[in-house]
Amino acid sequence: MPEPVLQPVNDTLVLPAPLPLDGGQVLENVAVAYETSGTLNSDKSNVVLLFHALTMDQHVVGTHPKTGKPGWWAKSVGPGKVIDTDHFFVICANVLGGCMGSTGPASIAPDGQPYAMRFPVITIRDMVRAQVALLDALGIEQLHAVIGGSMGGMQALSFAANWPARTRAALVIASTARHSAQNIAFHEVGRQAIMADPKWKGGDYGSGKGPENGLAVARMAAHITYLSEEGMHEKFGRKLQDRAEKTFGFDADFQVESYLRHQGLSFTDRFDANSYLYITRAMDYFDLAEEVPGEDGGGKLASAFAGSEVRFCLISFDTDWLYPTSESRGIAHALNAAGAPVSFVELSAPFGHDSFLLDVPAQDRVIAGFLG
Amino acid sequence: MSVALRPDLALIAAHVGPGARVLDVGCGDGALMAVLRDTRAADARGLELDQHNVAECVARGLSVIQGDADADLAYYPDASFDYAILSQTLQTTKRPDLVLGELLRVGRKAFVSFPNFAHWRVRASLLWGGRMPVTRLLPVAWYETPNIHHVTVRDFRALVADQGYKLEGEWFLSGDHAISPAAAAWRAEHAVFLLSR
Repeated sequence: MPEPVLQPVNDTLVLPAPLPLDGGQVLENVAVAYETSGTLNSDKSNVVLLFHALTMDQHVVGTHPKTGKPGWWAKSVGPGKVIDTDHFFVICANVLGGCMGSTGPASIAPDGQPYAMRFPVITIRDMVRAQVALLDALGIEQLHAVIGGSMGGMQALSFAANWPARTRAALVIASTARHSAQNIAFHEVGRQAIMADPKWKGGDYGSGKGPENGLAVARMAAHITYLSEEGMHEKFGRKLQDRAEKTFGFDADFQVESYLRHQGLSFTDRFDANSYLYITRAMDYFDLAEEVPGEDGGGKLASAFAGSEVRFCLISFDTDWLYPTSESRGIAHALNAAGAPVSFVELSAPFGHDSFLLDVPAQDRVIAGFLG
Repeated sequence: MSVALRPDLALIAAHVGPGARVLDVGCGDGALMAVLRDTRAADARGLELDQHNVAECVARGLSVIQGDADADLAYYPDASFDYAILSQTLQTTKRPDLVLGELLRVGRKAFVSFPNFAHWRVRASLLWGGRMPVTRLLPVAWYETPNIHHVTVRDFRALVADQGYKLEGEWFLSGDHAISPAAAAWRAEHAVFLLSR
């Protein structure tokens, strides 16, 4: 029995077997960096696997090594918190393609050079497959629950549909079963901003200064999609930044401009541009009905869940226009048609897509109740 | 359960067989579902419009989908439940006849409960006051009530006969007292029907 831990534990596992990918390639020596909190019980039945969103990583609870800020869900994960580490052993792994210790485009290929754009295009299911391999290595047969918001929700759906025996429950927050044309369009803007930056150099920017301007613009565009119009209006309105008058120039006159520029710039300190390309591509490729075609040959989401005994809970937010309520409701209807036990609720919160990370007491009650 | 079930819900709970698959349409805070799960080992699912109620249900460990009886029953497969339950909700739907048809499509049997608009207090209010009634069971004024299709015991029996549904059982309540079917048209505040196709 491991000793109880208060601080999260960080570790990296190199998968013992090659990882086959949906694109047909195979990756050798895949590293999976992960954080754990809480104590694994003797029959390994108290495990909750958290999946992180696009620009997050395994640092759920612990201080982020690059930013020095608290983990992305420290508010909700910990002793006595909504996801109570006095009861649950919580694992979160950096996704395949990421840049915080798991194998990604910045990793060194067998020829001694970084993969860069030679890294294979990966899918959401490939990310999940790497994490299933981590569970295998840790000897964890069945999870108490998988939980994810946004891209994490896609992984939770993919996990539950492809490996239904490996979890008893799946909690999917502010997510979707497939990327819409609008979702793909926003991501393409970001990717083109990165690729248009001369410092990108076809991906071969090495370990030095990469396409920071391009990555910052990508982050700025994406960040707008994470907020609601109402939330932006409340926070910034047309307020000017540290000045009394408009300058009749192109400085960041408006607070919202200054905020976005700051978001963009600070993002480049902690994220790799090629990782951003690969992970957004994986999200764009995600279509669960296509991924798990079922016996009828595909196209119907319900088939992806046929015979599933996994308990599902879906949460959406009324101000989230990135993955709006209709997406979650569609998943709930598909699960219903498959006869799976499913809950779905749209919660009111003013913060847009980012609501799942912020203070929404109703979400806390739903999560705690669902986890039991 | 620390709080006693509403009398019509208690009646329904008493007539659901053990281990049944149940869909509670308009399940509110999940009180009936929790009793069915805990005392009847039922596999209970719910459909509820109000997000606070849905959150409350999920917090109780129940499987409930936020949705609308008029629109969302269409997403449930045929005969996927032993019982579909519609308690105190029929009179709030846009098309009670269609909702009833959907209930008996997704459920092999359906429990339907509603406040009887021909109770003598309601009749008296209309007859002597000329006003839409505001009573214990219908506490909201006409302009803000969610009850858009008031229905009486006789109306409901006529609809059941018109549609050719089978009447499997009927129970009538005034407060928590049982009222005989013969006196129900005047004296029942609440009616509970069990139907099949």
